[in-house]
Amino acid sequence: MNIVLRLAWRNLWRHSRRTWLTIGAMVFSNTLLVFMISLQFGMYGLMINNTLQVFSGHMQIQAPGYKDDQKMRQVVHDVQPLAARLRSELGSDTIAARGWAFGLASSAERSYGIGIYGVEPAHEPQVSNIPGLIEQGRYLEGNDAAEIVIGATLARNLRIGVGDELTLLGSGPDGSFAAAVVDVVGIFDSGVKEIDRNIAEMPLGTFQDVFYMDGAGHQVVLLAPELDQAALLQSRVEGLLAGDDGLVVEGWDALQPGLKQAIQADISSAFFMYGILVILVAFSVLNTQLMSVLERTHEFGIVMALGLKPGRLGRLVMLETAMMGLIGMFLGALAGALFTTWFTVNGFSYPGMEEMVANFNLPGRVYPRVTLLTMFAGPLVVFVFTLAAAAYPALRLQRLHPVAAMRTN
Amino acid sequence: MTAVRCIDLCKTYRQGDQDIKALDHLSVDVEKGEFVCLMSPSGGGKTTLLNAIGGLDIPDSGEIWIADERIDRMSKGQLADLRLANIGFVFQAYNLIPVLTAQENVEFVMQVQGVAAAERRAKSLAILEEVGLKGLETRRPAEMSGGQQQRVAVARAIVSRPELVLADEPTANLDSKTSAELMELFTELNEHHNTTFIIATHDQHVQSYAKRLVRMLDGRIVGDVEQHAA
Repeated sequence: MNIVLRLAWRNLWRHSRRTWLTIGAMVFSNTLLVFMISLQFGMYGLMINNTLQVFSGHMQIQAPGYKDDQKMRQVVHDVQPLAARLRSELGSDTIAARGWAFGLASSAERSYGIGIYGVEPAHEPQVSNIPGLIEQGRYLEGNDAAEIVIGATLARNLRIGVGDELTLLGSGPDGSFAAAVVDVVGIFDSGVKEIDRNIAEMPLGTFQDVFYMDGAGHQVVLLAPELDQAALLQSRVEGLLAGDDGLVVEGWDALQPGLKQAIQADISSAFFMYGILVILVAFSVLNTQLMSVLERTHEFGIVMALGLKPGRLGRLVMLETAMMGLIGMFLGALAGALFTTWFTVNGFSYPGMEEMVANFNLPGRVYPRVTLLTMFAGPLVVFVFTLAAAAYPALRLQRLHPVAAMRTN
Repeated sequence: MTAVRCIDLCKTYRQGDQDIKALDHLSVDVEKGEFVCLMSPSGGGKTTLLNAIGGLDIPDSGEIWIADERIDRMSKGQLADLRLANIGFVFQAYNLIPVLTAQENVEFVMQVQGVAAAERRAKSLAILEEVGLKGLETRRPAEMSGGQQQRVAVARAIVSRPELVLADEPTANLDSKTSAELMELFTELNEHHNTTFIIATHDQHVQSYAKRLVRMLDGRIVGDVEQHAA
């Protein structure tokens, strides 16, 4: 081994207790960072998937401008054949066509304004979890059946149940009056109040008849196998639609800007806390290395007298810090990964969490995601700040005068 | 050929509210291959002169030449290069690097010089044998006696065959037997390798080895005599 490396390594262990204490601070903070970042990513994955699997999907094909101003006349023509073509060309089942309209839902006793989705009963379960959340009755079956499923809160508000009739009133794309009487065949409970109070689903064929859609709809919803494959799928879909002027593909972050903003806000506040943790570790390293440099002033004077330039001495101090930082980084990343892996299997929860996250349609336990990114992102930042903290003691050596240094004891 | 030339050197230190003239218009020449002892009472200026010649301290005025290079105007980096390539230092307090073994201490300077590993190893083993430390190569300073440590320090100073060796009270912490052995070693290097030695000392025994005695007082040279070595 190179003598400078050997020197740096042995210098590190001159005061082994002090070195271990500093490394211990790094390992502790790195373990914490790995766990918290993994938990954070696990939570985001859960938030995104749970939110997107309700309605949005990972992307939607729409008419331009529909996302920002949902008008009935901004339609996707021949929406079901388009969805069928995409299922065939992409070899994917997780694609479904939909229509959407605002209407008045009336029972014998009450009326409420609601959002009515026209869905393909055969394909909707592949892109949305609403079909799986039926609490009473069943989900939609035929594409042209005069039936509907509604949210549990809406059913309660309308004071109707499975088997009752519901009258729908609305208007078609050309403003013509639309009306229908449909049977309530199922009641779903998503756990999200807004959805359960305001949403109903009916077969797309029936929807098109009632609202005079002439085979059109408003969106084709696509779900990628995993969130991180969504961007690739989106570019493929855009390629396939290149010839269909007048259609756009909107990604999940455009469809759910609130979700993205919530995640960004959470990342910002979490990073503020991580920043404090990293700065505390950096100060611990600064203290250790400053003490280490000060107590070796005489020795540094000697090696400068022998012909070593201050720059090389500075590099020696940086090398010692880098060695200490690397030990802290790898031990911390390893400890963090091992600690977090247990929670990836068993999940993480704390008292009161279940009630809190239920408002966001999330399960009561979060499963952290350990990846190379979550393992090393935090420890790498700690490592960089560790090196930065050692810069001051290292730069201090530039001002060292050999004779003055040799006079110190 | 002149190894060291000092012309009209002045250096004043401030101590409390007093100015101490460590070097007072001092001029001296040392020829290559000379073995010179600088003698003075404490505070006479010999360490300041050694430091100035070694480029560790810059005089307030005057000129210092090492061979044909004027060093008093050099930058810190140039002075470091000069010391690394041309000057060996031996200090009173050994000043070895405590975490390195005897051999590693000797190799350290060569490593900084960029000498290849195999050559470093061969040279360090040879020089340690030459100073009588064969078998102690793997010992760290704390595991060696004062005399042994000073030999390692000497080995470190001379392993690269510098043209000039500056020694500041090299025998101050050694017993008389070890002192004599060290001076024999210096004499041998001086005679066989034509290395120039400038040694600052109080020690009468050390002075007896010198070919030239330079006496200093209050930063000035008050005596400069040739003598036959013991």
